[in-house]
Amino acid sequence: MIRRLFHKPVAVVSLAWIAILIILSVLAPVIAPYGPQDQDLAHALEGPSRAHLLGSGVLGLDVLSRLLYGGRVTLVSTAISVSVYALLGVPAGLLAGYRGGLADKIILRLSEVAYAIPGTIMVLVVLAIRPGDETAAMIAVGALAAPALARVVRSATIALREELYIRAARLAGLRDWLILRRNVLPSVMGTVIVHVAIFATTAIILETGLGFLGVGTRQVTWGEMVAEASHNLGNQPWLLVPSGFVIISLVLAFGLIGDGLRDATAEGYSIRQTSRARGRGNKPARSAKPDRALPNKAAANIPPDPPPTGPETGALLALNGLTITFETNGKPVTVVENVSFTVAPGQMVGIVGESGSGKSVTVAALLGLLRGTGQVSAGTMTFAGQPFDLSQTKALAALRARRIALISQDPMSSLDPCFTIRYQLAEVIKANTPLRGTAVGERVLELLRAVRLPEPELTARSYPHQLSGGMAQRVAIALALAGEPDLILADEPTTALDVTVQAEIMDVLRSLGKAIILVTHDWGLLVDLCEKGIVMYSGQVVEEGSVERIVAQPRHPYTVGLLRSNPYFATAGQPLPAIPGVVLPPGRWPVGCHFAERCSLVRPVCSEARVALTVVRDRPGLTRCLFQDQVAAQAADQAAAMGAALGAALEIGVQGTGQAAGSQP
Amino acid sequence: MGRVIGRWFITAVPVVLVVSMLTFILASFVPGDPARAILGASAPPEQVEALRQQLGLDQPLPQRYWDWLVAALQGDLGRSIQTRGSVATELAGRVDVTISLIGFGLIIITLVGVTLGLVSAIKGGWLGRVVDVASLAGLAVPGFWLGLVLVAAFAVAIPIFPATGFVRLSDSPGGWAASMALPVITLALTGTAGLAKQTRSSVMDELGKDYVRMLRARGVSQRRIILLHVCRNAGAPIVTVIGLLFIGLVGGAVLLETVFVLPGLGSLTVAATRAHDIPVILGVTLILSIVVVTVNLAVEISYALLNPKVRA
Repeated sequence: MIRRLFHKPVAVVSLAWIAILIILSVLAPVIAPYGPQDQDLAHALEGPSRAHLLGSGVLGLDVLSRLLYGGRVTLVSTAISVSVYALLGVPAGLLAGYRGGLADKIILRLSEVAYAIPGTIMVLVVLAIRPGDETAAMIAVGALAAPALARVVRSATIALREELYIRAARLAGLRDWLILRRNVLPSVMGTVIVHVAIFATTAIILETGLGFLGVGTRQVTWGEMVAEASHNLGNQPWLLVPSGFVIISLVLAFGLIGDGLRDATAEGYSIRQTSRARGRGNKPARSAKPDRALPNKAAANIPPDPPPTGPETGALLALNGLTITFETNGKPVTVVENVSFTVAPGQMVGIVGESGSGKSVTVAALLGLLRGTGQVSAGTMTFAGQPFDLSQTKALAALRARRIALISQDPMSSLDPCFTIRYQLAEVIKANTPLRGTAVGERVLELLRAVRLPEPELTARSYPHQLSGGMAQRVAIALALAGEPDLILADEPTTALDVTVQAEIMDVLRSLGKAIILVTHDWGLLVDLCEKGIVMYSGQVVEEGSVERIVAQPRHPYTVGLLRSNPYFATAGQPLPAIPGVVLPPGRWPVGCHFAERCSLVRPVCSEARVALTVVRDRPGLTRCLFQDQVAAQAADQAAAMGAALGAALEIGVQGTGQAAGSQP
Repeated sequence: MGRVIGRWFITAVPVVLVVSMLTFILASFVPGDPARAILGASAPPEQVEALRQQLGLDQPLPQRYWDWLVAALQGDLGRSIQTRGSVATELAGRVDVTISLIGFGLIIITLVGVTLGLVSAIKGGWLGRVVDVASLAGLAVPGFWLGLVLVAAFAVAIPIFPATGFVRLSDSPGGWAASMALPVITLALTGTAGLAKQTRSSVMDELGKDYVRMLRARGVSQRRIILLHVCRNAGAPIVTVIGLLFIGLVGGAVLLETVFVLPGLGSLTVAATRAHDIPVILGVTLILSIVVVTVNLAVEISYALLNPKVRA
């Protein structure tokens, strides 16, 4: 991180400026044209001239020379404060964070007290007691600020303490101080340096303030030169300029280093974030190779796939050719490619696929709620007979809540922590329905009863943090129902919940009688709830049809692999097979079949050109595979083994949820 | 709410006690004899000894602290070594100047800083960069120097405001406003951009959260999302920053009172520091630590009002 700082020109210039000021101050006796107290009465209070490059003060004292000498006081005083600050704060923070217990309590208390003490006043107290002793004053400045640093280091250490490698080191019997010095200290060093740089700015301003007040050292200081300027504002305002410049530039240099380091830390963080996000597929990978990627324009000009299956006429929603791109390093990278499907009124449609297949993004695009740099580059939708261009998010806002509602994966973070459930429900009701006054309150309770919350009155009064995950998701469903929508988009609504709660939530969803698009990676939920299934892989629909047909007679090798690797259909005692290889990140998708690299049936022709969705032979459905007969043969072996398991699974799935819900009081 | 006040009380009382005790102990290390300092070098030893007894200097330190504390609780903070006048009276005559300087400064900082931060978070672009640069400048420019520049510009070069001097509000409201204008503006300039930056980052954190996206999905208007939900959620950390800012402004006020020659607690502290006037120093630290813990109470209460988790 420190090395990254050297790539920032601003930080390098700042460091260089501090170094120059230090060198000039050290060399002051050698390079200063005059002594700090040399008088030149003939040229008192003059602006810059050849004799006095930066002008002269009272009695003709040379401004440049005094600046050079004055720097010594400021720099030494700052160094003293900063050393005390770091030498007290860092060990105390490490101790409190690593050991916890009493040391932790004492240091927390101390920091609370120290926060409440105005530093300037305490420094004046020290100087009242030890007149002119600037060293003592600056030690006090550092000591008073140290608890705040200790607190910061403590938080960083606590976070580290739970990291695996630290715990491993502890278990291996390494001595504590060794772990602290070798493993913990280097990791918290970045934070420490940021705070030291910021504290240095405070220390410099305070030191010059003492000089200005004339209560610090007797030597010439920058602050004293500002005070001298203040007495001569009327006749020589120039004097404010040189002293002000050195003070401000020095403080600025430390401030910029602190800012630069903080940004460097944040960048390190965001890189880690991105690599994690890459796995989830929310953001495209940094290592996107445009040469292998499908060019964005080409993606938009792809010939349309055959019309999707299902009831064409009277569909509630018909999505056509949705293509979504995210921007990475200024380049658009396609994450969803030409997705089309329909949903009939009241129909339950499930979208399955691994993480990163683009299923959540697809659903978000229907409401114009893509995160970050996400953008719909092509795609239209007909909803209840009304056409929409999905790249025009403003028009989509009219659909939100009233026609299409969204339920998110994490119920807790989908609620505003600061307002009661009643308030949040009432707000959504008022925003989307004509209900007002007491009718709103009644509707709130009605909605909470509809999602089978046992104590609607109590839940209404609660804040989100007072609810369990299952209760919060019921509330989220109630919020989705508040606008009386025709379609609910449920984006992995039970992933964050316990298995027993999952079944209950599914039961609630089933009982609503509304059209639902369920995004999931759980075949069990799909089989349990949905009539129609859509399998997505790397941003494409690879198979579509009735859930029963997909599970019993899959016609895409990815579906076969996904089914085989799902514990829901596993045979007891047999190892669970996994699909070989990994999902390619967006931007590295091949032009041909996206699944080719991982497919056991792959032929050269698969990679030659884009593979289109084709109609499944002798069954309703679509598959994006050139060899569906071979897949059928392969799947038949599997189906024979799985047939019984599937039948049982369907039974268990239905009964299981029924029982779980029934056992609920 | 009772618990919030209770918890505050547990911290506030120790803070006031620790600050006064620390000052008292430090003060006991003063080189030389206060009684001798008061009476002068030529005073006869018997007279010095008599004063020592009168001042309680012959008592042990804890006894002296206890006596001071008991007297202080009854409003008696002793007598100033410089003026021989009552410290309590002296402080009472000055506290309003400091409080109005800091108070008005803080009001301007809060109004301008929070608005600027909110707008720059939502609009982004150049305004965000302006806030970034200005907050760095606010960090780097010492208030006392900025005050002098403003005096040079708006009192000396273009005489709009009086350079120095203080007019009591009771004497002339207009004169009072004119004499407070430059100090308050200076104080506000040093803190506004910093608060704007903090506000901006808090608001941007909130805007990126899931509940904001879900409120949008639920058809709540953008206006309501920002002004109600985001503001309230971002409010708690901002209130904390304002509390810390207040403590910083106390230090800034000490210097600005000297720059603008305002008869407040700050200039009194500086004068007392120069004259080693310990009773005055003790009085000032006591008053200021009480002011600070009171402000902290206000912060804790607003924090609890904004955040239901704290209230519970």
